Amino acid sequence: MNSVILKIASRYVRLILFSAAIFALLRGHNLPGGGFIGGLLAGLAVVYKGFAYTFREARQSMRLKPEFLIASGLSIVLLSMIPGILNGKNLMHGIWYKIPLGEAMEIKIGTPFIFDIGVFLTVIGVTVIFLLVLNRE
Amino acid sequence: MEIILAILTGVLYTAGVYMLLRRSILKFIIGIIFLSNATNLLVFLAAGIVQGSPAFVDGKAADSSLIADPLPQALVLTAIVIGLGIIVFTLALKYKYFQLTGTDDLDQVKQTDKP
Amino acid sequence: MNAIALPILIPLIMMVILMIVRNNKAAQWISSAGTIALFVLSVYLLLEVNQKEVMVLYLGGWEAPFGITLVIDRLSAVMLSTTALIGFAIAVYATKFFTPAHRESRFYFFFFALLMGVNGAFITGDVFNLYVWFEVMLMSSFVLITLGSKRAQLEGAIKYLALNLIGSMFFLAGLGLLYGKTGTLNMAHLAQILIDDRNAILMNTSAVLFFIAFGIKAAVFPLFFWLPASYHTPNITVSSLFAGLLTKVGVYALIRFFTLFFVQEPAFWHNLLLVIAGFTMVIGGMSASIYYDSRRILSYHIISQIGYMVMGLGIFTPLAIAGAIFFTIHNMLAKTNVFLVAGIIRKLRGSFDLKKVGGLFNSNPAVAVVFIIPGLALAGVPPVSGFFAKFILIKAGFDAGQYLISGVAILTGMLTLYSMIKIWNEAFLKAQPKEYEKEVKTRVTFAEIFPSALLAMASLLLGIFASPVFNYIMKAAEQLSDPVNYITSVLNL
Repeated sequence: MNSVILKIASRYVRLILFSAAIFALLRGHNLPGGGFIGGLLAGLAVVYKGFAYTFREARQSMRLKPEFLIASGLSIVLLSMIPGILNGKNLMHGIWYKIPLGEAMEIKIGTPFIFDIGVFLTVIGVTVIFLLVLNRE
Repeated sequence: MEIILAILTGVLYTAGVYMLLRRSILKFIIGIIFLSNATNLLVFLAAGIVQGSPAFVDGKAADSSLIADPLPQALVLTAIVIGLGIIVFTLALKYKYFQLTGTDDLDQVKQTDKP
Repeated sequence: MNAIALPILIPLIMMVILMIVRNNKAAQWISSAGTIALFVLSVYLLLEVNQKEVMVLYLGGWEAPFGITLVIDRLSAVMLSTTALIGFAIAVYATKFFTPAHRESRFYFFFFALLMGVNGAFITGDVFNLYVWFEVMLMSSFVLITLGSKRAQLEGAIKYLALNLIGSMFFLAGLGLLYGKTGTLNMAHLAQILIDDRNAILMNTSAVLFFIAFGIKAAVFPLFFWLPASYHTPNITVSSLFAGLLTKVGVYALIRFFTLFFVQEPAFWHNLLLVIAGFTMVIGGMSASIYYDSRRILSYHIISQIGYMVMGLGIFTPLAIAGAIFFTIHNMLAKTNVFLVAGIIRKLRGSFDLKKVGGLFNSNPAVAVVFIIPGLALAGVPPVSGFFAKFILIKAGFDAGQYLISGVAILTGMLTLYSMIKIWNEAFLKAQPKEYEKEVKTRVTFAEIFPSALLAMASLLLGIFASPVFNYIMKAAEQLSDPVNYITSVLNL
């Protein structure tokens, strides 16, 4: 498909999709969303580029290769299990750390969130690989 | 609601089995898609469907008889994802096979079956 | 207690490492080391479970029946150790029997994915989790079976895929109905609910769906057609891996489900299982006898021997279940081994067709030895493992008054012996046919024969030390036939 409108639009749509992906990832713990859905949305951004240009270009323009994304995602998943084990809890037990920021603010970071980031990266990688498999010219 | 979904499940199963029995590989894959969707619906249906109430409401606990059971939703989500992976794989396999042999006919798939 | 999850985590870690490592030589060493680690771990778990009876891990601290529970009892531990041993043999074997084109496709990555699925299926205590592990297994086996991407492999893959996909849909449908009826998917909780439920007739819909799903996996009589149609197409390493592990996971699931919670209508189910077992044995054994391709003979033998395992489940006394477990272990070792030897024969003589090979007894006596041990084990000749497995099963059959099925089992032994003698005569004793003489090679390297020798040794030891092994397995069978201990440990009652 060779459409100028699609190509121009894809820049902005991809930005929106990627922001939505990050948003879904961040709100995921207690509300609908999470790493999996975020990953699908981010994968969709790559798909959009693939439709506007070609899938080969879309893959080449990714700075991180899908295989690397899967490998790092899986390693992050594995790493997220370590704090729970060190604290003597069951595997995959959620541990939360609080980072104070200024007066009244604090950031809570927990192993479930790190786990979600791992899932996020893995899902992007898998989605892109699926699309490349289906779109070999 | 349940009656309609039950009928839909049945129709999907019928269509799926019909497509499975065709000779084309592509139609066979479409049959698999029908069957997997029918099965997902069946899981949903068997686990009890509640109309108009989501599984979680604003993070607050609600009367458990009013809200939907989240577990079947999680199960079906997982099943859909697995189904997606499998369908991608089957389509890729079909494509490769078609490239190699130029046929979509299941009756041609017996070169390896001679004793 | 976190060690319980390691049989799943070690393959996962290996997969991550293998995604990064691109060197084939390094990948081979790393994979072999990984399978050794898996084996050491599973032996540790085997010894641990001997003292603690049932080991439970609640993932994320969510207690049963709410979270995902991993449970290791004696049966799981035995299956894990056997799997790890076979995994090690295959990892070493693959270094020599994979052509470079195959290796580039990352055999080892999917090999560990398969091991992860198999191990996960053995240790999970949750029905839906079992479904997920089955799918992990299925997806990686799809990739493994297509490696090579020749027409034959793709054809085999289509047949393999078709029936297995339908099988997993039956699984999911049964699971949904089960959840609808009981409101839980934790196996121990299900057992607690169903163990004295009088509304048994409602459970039969789920039980039938599960039976078909596991039956397709295990390749029992009317559902086995995918197996002989696909096991002779992939690389021999993949065939032997599948032959050793995949069908046995189906048998494991059958044993687990039909001893733990589908115990409502024993009269119907046990008769059905016995009838199916008989047909599976006889039809598998007879079909094997018409072929001359060693892989096809052995594929039909897988089916024939699944019959024995189902027979043990159908008789349903503790002794019979012990026999089924013993037979499963023995069969995993011996079956993988004969497939490995078929690969060696192919390497030395250039063909799987028994009419084109011969003379191996004189040129390579070592290969003859590593074939005859699992061959005799499969046929059931003492003192190798198969004799004791069959002896326990048939004794249990006579004790329970099931004379017909025991007779069928004894007669099927003849069919197996016939097929093994056929391979022995054609490949080893007969002289090499004149027209195929230029294919002949005689050199076997140590790494090629080591995996077979290891598994042959395991079969032999399983026969010689049959009594301690049997004691352990008998305890496993008692644990299965009286699941109160399992239920209370998992649910923390």
